[in-house]
Amino acid sequence: MWDYTDIVKEHYRNPKNVGEILDANAIGEIGSVVCGDVLKLYLKIDENEIITDAKFQTFGCGSAIASSSVLTEMLIGKSIEDAKKITNKTIIDYLGGLPKEKIHCSVMCKEVLDECLKNYYEKKK
Amino acid sequence: MNPYEKIIYFDNNATTKTDDEVISVMLPFLGEMYGNPSSMHTFGGQVAKDIRKAREQIATALGAVLPSEIVFTSCASESSNMAVRSILESNPEKKHLITTQVEHPCVLNLFKWLERHKNYKVTYIGVDSEGQLNLDELKVSIKEDTILVACMWANNETGVIFPIKEIGKIIKEKNPNTYFFVDAVQAFGKIPVDLSDGIIDLLSISGHKFHAPKGIGALYIRNKIKLRPLLIGGHQEKSRRAGTENVAGIVAMGHAAELAVKYLEDENTRVRALRDKLEQGIISKIPYTKINGIGTERVPNTTNISFEYIEGELILLHLSDLNICASSGSACTSDTLKPSHVLDAMGVPFSFLHGSIRFSLGRYNNEKEVDYVLEIMPQIIEKLARISPFRK
Repeated sequence: MWDYTDIVKEHYRNPKNVGEILDANAIGEIGSVVCGDVLKLYLKIDENEIITDAKFQTFGCGSAIASSSVLTEMLIGKSIEDAKKITNKTIIDYLGGLPKEKIHCSVMCKEVLDECLKNYYEKKK
Repeated sequence: MNPYEKIIYFDNNATTKTDDEVISVMLPFLGEMYGNPSSMHTFGGQVAKDIRKAREQIATALGAVLPSEIVFTSCASESSNMAVRSILESNPEKKHLITTQVEHPCVLNLFKWLERHKNYKVTYIGVDSEGQLNLDELKVSIKEDTILVACMWANNETGVIFPIKEIGKIIKEKNPNTYFFVDAVQAFGKIPVDLSDGIIDLLSISGHKFHAPKGIGALYIRNKIKLRPLLIGGHQEKSRRAGTENVAGIVAMGHAAELAVKYLEDENTRVRALRDKLEQGIISKIPYTKINGIGTERVPNTTNISFEYIEGELILLHLSDLNICASSGSACTSDTLKPSHVLDAMGVPFSFLHGSIRFSLGRYNNEKEVDYVLEIMPQIIEKLARISPFRK
């Protein structure tokens, strides 16, 4: 049994912002079914480059769901510039820590955010 | 919390609750019966008699010919290590070993170690999509210098039963000098085990899988096969396993073995019916599910169910929140973060591989518990399906 914090437990039990954003202007996806981890992130970014909505869909374990959930929580209301400052460490701290075998979940969250922002700039071009 | 406000324990392949009767039989040996069975005085000598009785109980339960064919160990891993390393040490010139791709880590990792550090060549026999052993592959793999075949009787993850006597006959026909070691940890207490025909040379069991406490196991070694000790020291176990005996554990396992035989019918009727109700209920109520190994013979208590595109650990965590104990072959529940090697060997598709749950029932389970799990399982899967990017 992994030693998950109460915050991790709360987020896999009741994940926030689950689902798709149909009119998202940034979508990122990372991982593969082969490895058993797939994270999909949807962002709605307004003309002032503020993230007004964030949703996720994740195929993965408890800590992957919890990491995705807190990522969306952190992102909503942030400017793109501030969003770029989020690292996997920020996610781990927000969760009150992750077992060392599960650190990769937070890394994947950082990667899916990067993918998402890349997609936003590509779409803007 | 489930309505019974107690644990629903569907993880009996991981370990079992020590039987109350077994506890009362062992308790005196943790108290006033503290004598050393090796002592010359009557106080210790009485304990030696109790060990003798336990050895006879195990021998009878396994259908062994002689009680001296039973050696007490600390666990099945020790039994397996002792069996394999003893045979290899006695026959150092032969360098080929055979096992299966779906063995328990206590055998699989030992064989990988022998391959890496002791220059053994190992053939790992594969299984079909139901988890059944490829006997043709086994037949052609047995060579002149094959010293040992190690094979489990029943699989811990799927419950699939290998035709162990048929395998034994194949081995001896092909090479009468090849030894046959069987890991019967998940078979004993679930299906009849009878060693009187002499087909199996060595066999391991583990007390805590059949309602004895943890820390006690046994190795059966057919009469006239020399056993070289792993632990060298005193003369205990006829110098085959040094160290003062775990008397309470030995006495407990002896009694538990007797009970296991007595409950064999219950296991194969009542427990089987509970397992069948559980798995049939789940596949009929929940779409995108697959029962691994259902197409072949399985032990009566085990079901291994895969839920497509839903990760196993996440299901376990939600079950655990309701005090329901099960286990998973999911990568995320293992320290190595690798998915089940058993399901992988069966070629279970990746979309199902990561979402497997094993329910293993036992003596103390009842229909109310099965009904409750059947009631909440669709709710859990429906909730988790909403999070998955692949499920609509």
